[in-house]
Amino acid sequence: MASSSAAAPGSADSTAARRNTKRPKYSKFTQQELPACKPILTPRAVISAFLLVSVVFVPIGVASLIASRKVVEIVHRYESSCLKGVDNKIAYIQSSADKTCKITLKVDKHMKSPIYVYYQLDNFYQNHRRYVKSRSDQQLRDPKEESSTSACKPEDIANGRAIVPCGLIAWSLFNDTYSFSYKNKSLTVNKKGIAWKSDREHKFGKNVLPKNFQNGSIIGGAHLNESIALSEQEDLIVWMRTAALPTFRKLYGKIEVDLDEGENISVKLQNNYNTYSFNGKKKLVLSTTSWLGGKNDFLGIAYLTVGGLCFFLALAFTIVYFVKPRQLGDPSYLSWNRNPGGH
Amino acid sequence: MPEGGRKRIHFSRLYSFSCLKSPFRDGHSQIGQKGYSRVVYCNDPDNLEAVQLNYGGNYVSTTKYTAFNFIPKSLFEQFRRVANIYFLIVACVSFSPLAPFTPLSIVAPLLVVIGATMAKEAVEDWRRRKQDIEANNRKVQVYSRDYTFVETRWKKLRVGDIIKVYKDEYFPADLLLLSSSYEDGVCYVDTMNLDGETNLKLKHALEATAHLHNEKSLQKFRAMVKCEDPNENLYSFIGTFQYEGKEHPLSLQQILLRDSKLKNTEYIYGVVIFTGHDTKVMQNSTDPPSKRSKIERKMDKIIYILFSSLIFISFIGSVVFGIETKRDISGGKYRRWYLHPENTTVFYDPRRATLASILHFLTALMLYGYLIPISLYVSIELVKVLQAIFINQDQEMYYEETDRPARARTSNLNEELGQVDTILSDKTGTLTCNSMEFVKSSIGGIPYGRGMTEVEKALAKRGSKGESEFDGVSSDFLGQNTDAVDSQKPVKGFNFRDERIINGQWVKEPHPDIIQKFFRVLAICHTAIPDADEDSGEISYEAESPDEAAFVIAARELGFEFFARTQTRISLHELNYESGKKVDRGYPLLHVLEFSSARKRMSVIVRNEENQILLLCKGADSVMFERLSQYGRQFEAETKDHIKRYSEAGLRTLVIAYRELGEEEYKLWDKEFSKAKTSVAADRDALVDEAADKMERDLILLGATAVEDRLQKGVPECIEKLAQAGIKLWVLTGDKMETAVNIGYACSLLRQDMKKIVITLDSPDILSLEKQGDKDALVKASLESIKKQISEGISQVKSAKESSNTDKETSAFGLIIDGKSLDYSLNKNLEKSFFELAVSCASVICCRSSPKQKARVTRLVKLGTGKTILSIGDGANDVGMLQEAHIGVGISGAEGMQAVMASDFAIAQFRFLERLLLVHGHWCYRRISLMICYFFYKNIAFGFTLFWFEAYASFSGQPAYNDWYMSFYNVFFTSLPVIALGVFDQDVSAKLCLKYPFLYLEGVEDTLFSWPRIIGWMLNGVISSLAIFFLTTNSIINQAFRRDGQVVDFEILGVTMYSIVVWTVNCQMALSINYFTWIQHFFIWGSIFFWYVFLLVYGYLSPAISSTAYMVFVEACAPSAVYWLATVLVVVCVLLPYFTYRAFQSRFLPMYHDIIQRKRVEGFEVEISDELPTQVQGKLMHMRERLKQREP
Repeated sequence: MASSSAAAPGSADSTAARRNTKRPKYSKFTQQELPACKPILTPRAVISAFLLVSVVFVPIGVASLIASRKVVEIVHRYESSCLKGVDNKIAYIQSSADKTCKITLKVDKHMKSPIYVYYQLDNFYQNHRRYVKSRSDQQLRDPKEESSTSACKPEDIANGRAIVPCGLIAWSLFNDTYSFSYKNKSLTVNKKGIAWKSDREHKFGKNVLPKNFQNGSIIGGAHLNESIALSEQEDLIVWMRTAALPTFRKLYGKIEVDLDEGENISVKLQNNYNTYSFNGKKKLVLSTTSWLGGKNDFLGIAYLTVGGLCFFLALAFTIVYFVKPRQLGDPSYLSWNRNPGGH
Repeated sequence: MPEGGRKRIHFSRLYSFSCLKSPFRDGHSQIGQKGYSRVVYCNDPDNLEAVQLNYGGNYVSTTKYTAFNFIPKSLFEQFRRVANIYFLIVACVSFSPLAPFTPLSIVAPLLVVIGATMAKEAVEDWRRRKQDIEANNRKVQVYSRDYTFVETRWKKLRVGDIIKVYKDEYFPADLLLLSSSYEDGVCYVDTMNLDGETNLKLKHALEATAHLHNEKSLQKFRAMVKCEDPNENLYSFIGTFQYEGKEHPLSLQQILLRDSKLKNTEYIYGVVIFTGHDTKVMQNSTDPPSKRSKIERKMDKIIYILFSSLIFISFIGSVVFGIETKRDISGGKYRRWYLHPENTTVFYDPRRATLASILHFLTALMLYGYLIPISLYVSIELVKVLQAIFINQDQEMYYEETDRPARARTSNLNEELGQVDTILSDKTGTLTCNSMEFVKSSIGGIPYGRGMTEVEKALAKRGSKGESEFDGVSSDFLGQNTDAVDSQKPVKGFNFRDERIINGQWVKEPHPDIIQKFFRVLAICHTAIPDADEDSGEISYEAESPDEAAFVIAARELGFEFFARTQTRISLHELNYESGKKVDRGYPLLHVLEFSSARKRMSVIVRNEENQILLLCKGADSVMFERLSQYGRQFEAETKDHIKRYSEAGLRTLVIAYRELGEEEYKLWDKEFSKAKTSVAADRDALVDEAADKMERDLILLGATAVEDRLQKGVPECIEKLAQAGIKLWVLTGDKMETAVNIGYACSLLRQDMKKIVITLDSPDILSLEKQGDKDALVKASLESIKKQISEGISQVKSAKESSNTDKETSAFGLIIDGKSLDYSLNKNLEKSFFELAVSCASVICCRSSPKQKARVTRLVKLGTGKTILSIGDGANDVGMLQEAHIGVGISGAEGMQAVMASDFAIAQFRFLERLLLVHGHWCYRRISLMICYFFYKNIAFGFTLFWFEAYASFSGQPAYNDWYMSFYNVFFTSLPVIALGVFDQDVSAKLCLKYPFLYLEGVEDTLFSWPRIIGWMLNGVISSLAIFFLTTNSIINQAFRRDGQVVDFEILGVTMYSIVVWTVNCQMALSINYFTWIQHFFIWGSIFFWYVFLLVYGYLSPAISSTAYMVFVEACAPSAVYWLATVLVVVCVLLPYFTYRAFQSRFLPMYHDIIQRKRVEGFEVEISDELPTQVQGKLMHMRERLKQREP
């Protein structure tokens, strides 16, 4: 290093002596001699890389699995059990009959508050392009933009007036409701704070009130209280954050008491939402969380698998290198010459 | 007034058009015929008829675009690329509701890419324009109506103007020389800008006009020039000059071309004949044929593959979408009621599902358009320009002596340099220095000159030939080498050592009269111009060719000093052998019969002081011996023998002869010759040649000269290295077979252990047929003979190959073929078998080949092998070859700049080819091929995640990511590292590239850009995308991903997946290169960092702009452990297969560069202890060389 850096000023001198020369100026950059690190895959590097990955991944995998195992999750599928014995489920769900349904959930393990209540839908394409685009962010944000509904067709205008909130997403708002009772006392479900703060504060206006909503010929989903501003309508806000995949969970509320092991929770639910047309399942989910979020065995298992695989590879490469230690050091490789002439 | 003027011009146009239709209007001989219709009214440009001709002004524009047509024309250029058209269509469609993204996010990258390329064009064009403006506004003195010279700008010159040009000024247009500051109307011209030749050329005015010396005499000067139309031929001019009722022939001797410079002459007067774009230099400036590299052509194919896969996956998507949509209404029931299937637009209408699915197909084409990398072309272009700068900046390819660095004249062939399979090389000036040294001569049958040539040294080294008998000189070879200083100081171009001749000793030789005549011919028969140094009185010469200079210098050194030349006289200081005194003698010059490659000889006709008329002639042996008179063959046998020996020693020989002419004979011939010269017709040259031919007969042989063209420094080593790199070398030369073969030995092209296959027509029966003059029989016999020789050669090679299968010794073959045989071999029937033979030989030498043959051989090899061909040459005769080959390399040497102008790369010395190919070629090839592979990888890895997402969104065409993430993908988050790869990556250092030339085979065999490798990268991309999508969704989706119970929605999945893609492709880059300077680190990690910065900044913008990206990172992702854990997991998983593969492959199926890299690391101590001292060593060597140069 030292001598090569000393070479640079030397050649600069000689170029300065001949000012008009076309000699390219010397710099490490132009001569492509920048100091560089040139790592290559030596056995040691390969094995230590594999070992490093496995050393890092296995503990993470174990920690994730432990966290995931600590999470208690109750999942109950109810869409078919609630309509047992009904032949034409679609007609029934669209009728105005009483759709109350009672289910009982058993708490297998002590659940520490907060317990999150989710509904999970299946086969529901909230990520369909038509669906995703069918909303008006300006209208949701700003009371003056009430009439900007062009993206919302056909749920843009009803009876000659703009619908607020317009569009397919709002129109198809989920309208099953759940009420829980535990130890014969009703459990309060806290529905505040289930939506993202940024949505509440910046995307949904504090003074935008629902107007003319679900007044059209076909009623899609839930109605909205027209005296409450959109920013307070957290169910709507949660629903309007479209899901990524056709199977999705959405937050319904929080139960802020502990649930004891072996106890039963009875749930009275209004099974209003039509998933029967498209054979969608409906599930009610109660879950605690850990630092990892909900119950997520996949992550832990994946970490352990990759970690294990890397360990195995490290082992395999060690053996292979040991068996065939210096194949390439053989200089005969280098003196080899393709030239048909040979020497 | 102006209106009237305009009208007149308009009218005149019509008029001149009608003139074209009746070319014999004025009934004048050939003039007016097609191609010879130009008429110039000298000193009378305002003449009515002159105005009617309406020749263009002297304004010159070399720009590609004008201000008005820049936008349309450059846009048109841009959209000649398929990919760009695709993106344009996509951009147009994006304004319709079909588009999956906002239009701006599609249009913006396209605008950036197109804009960047257009900006580059604009900058280049602006530079040209600035040059034009400068040239158009230069000042010149023009003769005005009030009979004085006034200053005007170049662009205002008109045809017919008389101008005055001063010393060291450029000629503003093509001029007819009227007179000069010299009495006899000569002037000297430097044509450096035209053809790069540095020697001065002599031009002389017609005697009729040479007296026009001042403004007064020009007052009444009126004349008319009729001449050829504008054309690009720099070396001929046909015209007549009508003045004072007489007609004078015009030749190139009177024409001063634009962009050449007046030298050694105070001023000249000239008439403008061709202006502006009609000038020869402008007519010559055609763009060289545009060449594209193999890799780029292959890349087009890859793009087509990607297009088809794009169409394929779009098709799948559309079909599924159509089916899904159709099912939305079945039997009056609405399946996905939340989509309002009964009340929808045509794009989603279940009742018109087919139409919807066709429209969806268009949407899908746009959505998956990320498979086609929009920035690929522009990135590659940028990378290549930067690579070219590195080539230009390489100090190792800078040649101190001529102050010339290497020049990449086109940047789009850089990577082709790494794939060269065969080099076709010129010999003279390319392998050799093209600075001739007079070393030997044979005079009157006696060989003189004891110097030893490099070829002889090489032969002596091999110790195979009995060199002691050579030239009758026995012993003092070693002495010659060591005491080169030889008491007198060495003269450039002169290396003739023979005590019998030098210092006037020749008078004591047996035939002093012949020796005297011999050197007199050398001193008189040439076109050189003497240039006396005013201080020392020493005379140097400006000659047309280095051979000629060597002759004149030799004559000077031996006592026949040529010191002055006028148009009609050559003067010598001469040693009289009878009296032994120096006398001045003048030789009135009657005619010069110039040299041409067809004639292969030149003669002058002079009158000596004894009033004899002499024709002095020098020429190639092939044409000279048949022109000897019966009485002039006294020394024929000896001379022939000597010539053969000289050419075996690698020397260029010329035969010297003379003839005395009778007064009557000369007069007769003079008439005929003058008539031929003055004829104004296309076949004028033929007539002149014919007339000259009549005179150059019955010559008397004097002897022969031999000049040495020294091998350039480092040529044998370079050829050796190139051979080790698996590159085949063909030498195409105009030399005689013996010379060529010996040069072949000297530069290690041929080796002693090689078997030579010689194909020639020099067999006795062919020769006898030739003498009989039966052409048909000759052709037939020649064909037969060639056929036989070729098939013999093939069988020889085959049998050698078979035997080599059993024992490992492969014997190499060298094929040597001469020009005549080559002509027959390139015949259609024989082409194939000749070619088969040629490719199986390690080296091929084609001697006696003409420029045209060179080009044909090049084309044949190019088409026949399908491999990359590089030709290298230095002279105008190599231009065809350079343009025909995949890569043309010009040597910027002594023979002018035409080769350089036609070349793609210019270097100063042959030996730089080694570095150009083995280092720069290899690097560029590797860089570009890896870069393209990686480009496709990154776009496939990204594009396919969209597809997998679509599969989970019933192919509705909803992109998984925010529009702006997507459009910045190719522009910001992934482009810079790949450009850094393309510009800076090195598998091994330059030193190791040169040390292990076999590394170059990677390029020749195209292993780095082979289909398996390309497909491998693409599959890697597909697999990466699969892993990214499924691992990500599985690890974060459905359950809460944070402690506060929030779940992943559409936006968060998008951000997570996108982060993983950015990480993956950048880490993949880090894995696939093994050369990290701070630049690589900066770009790779900077890109990832920039993605997060972008996410932050974009997320902080108001939701009206950022829409789904609003606060998504800060609020949702960053605080979530799962987000980070998923990133790490997926990135590692995706890279693991590649890493494992590389670890395995580099160890057990290593490629050449793997081996060398291993070598470098394992021989760690070698590099440390080696590299630094070699730098020092290099310095020392350099200094030593400089010292050596200074010594003389």
